[in-house]
Amino acid sequence: MKSLRFEIKILNSKETLFLFIFSLILTLSLSCNESSDETVIDFWGLGSEGEFVKQLLPKFEAENPGIKVKVQMVPWTAAQEKLISAFASNNLPDAFQLGNTWVPQFAQLEAITDLTEWLRTSDVIKKDKYFVGIWYTNVIDSLVYGIPWYIDTRILFYRTDVLQEAGFNSPPKTWDELYLLSKKIKEANKNVEKYAIYIPTNEWANFIIFGLQNGADILKDNNTYGNFSSKKFTEAFSYLTNFYKENLTPLGVSQVTNVYQAFAEEYFAMYISGPWNISEFKKWMTGDLKNKWMTSSLPGPSENTKGVSLAGGSSLVISKRSKHKEETWKLIEFLSKPEIQIEFYHLVNDLPAVKEAWEDSSLSSNPYMKAFYEQFNYVVATPKIPEWEQIVFSKLQQYVELAARNVLTVKEALKKLDDDVNVILEKRRWMLNKSK
Amino acid sequence: MSKENNHIEKKYFRSGISAAYFFLAPAMISIFVFFFIPVIAAFIISFTDFDIYSLGNYSNLRFIGLKNYSDLLGNELFWTSLRNTFYFVVAASPLSIAVSLGAALILNSKLVKLKAVFRLAYFIPVVTTLVAVAIVWRFIYHPRFGMLNYLLSFIGINPIDWLGDPFWAMPSIILMSIWKNFGYNMIIFIAGLQNIPEQLYEAAILEGANAWQQFKKITLPMLAPTTIFISIITMIGNFQLFAEPYVMTQGGPLNKTLSVVQYMYQEGFRWWNMGYSASIAFVLFIIIFAGTMLQLKIQKQTA
Repeated sequence: MKSLRFEIKILNSKETLFLFIFSLILTLSLSCNESSDETVIDFWGLGSEGEFVKQLLPKFEAENPGIKVKVQMVPWTAAQEKLISAFASNNLPDAFQLGNTWVPQFAQLEAITDLTEWLRTSDVIKKDKYFVGIWYTNVIDSLVYGIPWYIDTRILFYRTDVLQEAGFNSPPKTWDELYLLSKKIKEANKNVEKYAIYIPTNEWANFIIFGLQNGADILKDNNTYGNFSSKKFTEAFSYLTNFYKENLTPLGVSQVTNVYQAFAEEYFAMYISGPWNISEFKKWMTGDLKNKWMTSSLPGPSENTKGVSLAGGSSLVISKRSKHKEETWKLIEFLSKPEIQIEFYHLVNDLPAVKEAWEDSSLSSNPYMKAFYEQFNYVVATPKIPEWEQIVFSKLQQYVELAARNVLTVKEALKKLDDDVNVILEKRRWMLNKSK
Repeated sequence: MSKENNHIEKKYFRSGISAAYFFLAPAMISIFVFFFIPVIAAFIISFTDFDIYSLGNYSNLRFIGLKNYSDLLGNELFWTSLRNTFYFVVAASPLSIAVSLGAALILNSKLVKLKAVFRLAYFIPVVTTLVAVAIVWRFIYHPRFGMLNYLLSFIGINPIDWLGDPFWAMPSIILMSIWKNFGYNMIIFIAGLQNIPEQLYEAAILEGANAWQQFKKITLPMLAPTTIFISIITMIGNFQLFAEPYVMTQGGPLNKTLSVVQYMYQEGFRWWNMGYSASIAFVLFIIIFAGTMLQLKIQKQTA
């Protein structure tokens, strides 16, 4: 009763009037803002990119009077869900960042614009300024849907001291060398729980990389059927699952709660992963360990075949329904300038997509970056279909685990994987038939 | 006279009803708009192959009848997730009720001091964020540095990879989930216990009943309504198992902790197979509904 009377009292007082006037002023000032001739571009960045890109923008706004950029940060874990919901409710921002494996999905949704027209006249953004493999992750049916913003790929991180003890003064160059080296490391640590390499069963990338290295076509018939049981993929898959069977890599993923700590403790000596690890490894590898690790481009299936890796990273895209495409393109051009790309690298450690930026001393004199630069010349895109993530995350990883734990043989696992993938791709087959 | 009176009464009653409708309207409308419409929409969607292709262009939507349901029944992964969920419900529900009843009895006993402190301590896990809890429990379960394996090493048990071993993963999730949730039921049991009239116990003591007899003949029967409520709520909650395996194991190892809700979430919000995902939701609804009915029936019969 007491609280009820209290509420009524508030409602009756002069404060209500004040509140009313205050909110009226607020609404008026907001609508004033919109009616001015300033263009506001909405931009969604993901994770730390979304957080730090704000620091680059005052310069852009100074160069382009009349354009304001409003940045919203979307956490990576919720990003895809949020972007697709925004598309469904017609609330997508003018420009946003997309992980480049998501580009096919958003192109299929017709949520993003084909940028070919703008590219024809642009001085800043040109295809040959980028690494070929990375550029093509944004090209679907010869239309360009995104501009690479920053890039990543997976390479080999290794402990120089452990490799030397095993008699290797340089990192493995071929699959055979990698296997031999792993055997030696394991033999030297027979009685302790230490492993040669860490290949987590919940990271599909390694399996796709080795498949692609071996020249496997992951999917067939215009990406409408799984092709995992092909001879080439089977070879790569059994090569990797063998590491589990011979105890060269830990089987579960729960033993390694902290990859960096485990690397520093020599729990494993090699790890295939991306540039986002570098600052963390630096943090853990201190003191005596400071000079005991290095990066290397990936080993290949044989002496003569360079080992490819995945073309990763994020792209900038423009929403198809944006009313300010002209201005938004200017923003993308600005973010693609070499000097801005370097500034961004200093802010968030994201590797620049524009090749010219790699000439900057902060990258060219960094010993860990050499391997990345080398590898970026040998990167390939994964099949560009919306179902890709479902195939690898839900199916490939499942069968990797089953094969690694010897529940299924390699042949059985890959056969079942193909069957599951064919079910997933049924809709795609129907779509392609319909459009014929 | 009486007729007129009756008439007035009726009129009064009728106007009372319309007033009630008036006041109920906001709640009814919002329940209809935000609950029934989505449920009906989801039901319709479950007969289509609504997915990312259809989201972009509705002409790519196919009405496929019961295909989602028949696919579901033929899907190994669905049965795995259903088996895991049943395992969890059957193992965790009675255990959790027993633990919370035990805790409630102890906290309700006259011999215990600092009741408020213990009540708070037991309730804290319920209000703690699951993500924080999961981090702590992941360390407890850690195969190399975990507290649990450390303690077990004193009685000569070799380290067990609790979350990584297909056999132990589900029991580990059950243990953690009971620890996290028993406090809530405990509070309800305490309230139930405090509603039992003291005279009953006094009379029982006079008649020479021992503690066990008192518990069996007074406490349990008097708690029956509370127990029915708690067991239904716990069962429904346990069927909806999601967050614990989601943060602890992501459904692994070998899908041994994949629950139905997690499977539904993955299909719907990670792979955007909305139609298929909706059909999972309705199958789960039917199971929970049947479970609740069964429970009510059994308890009615025994009561």
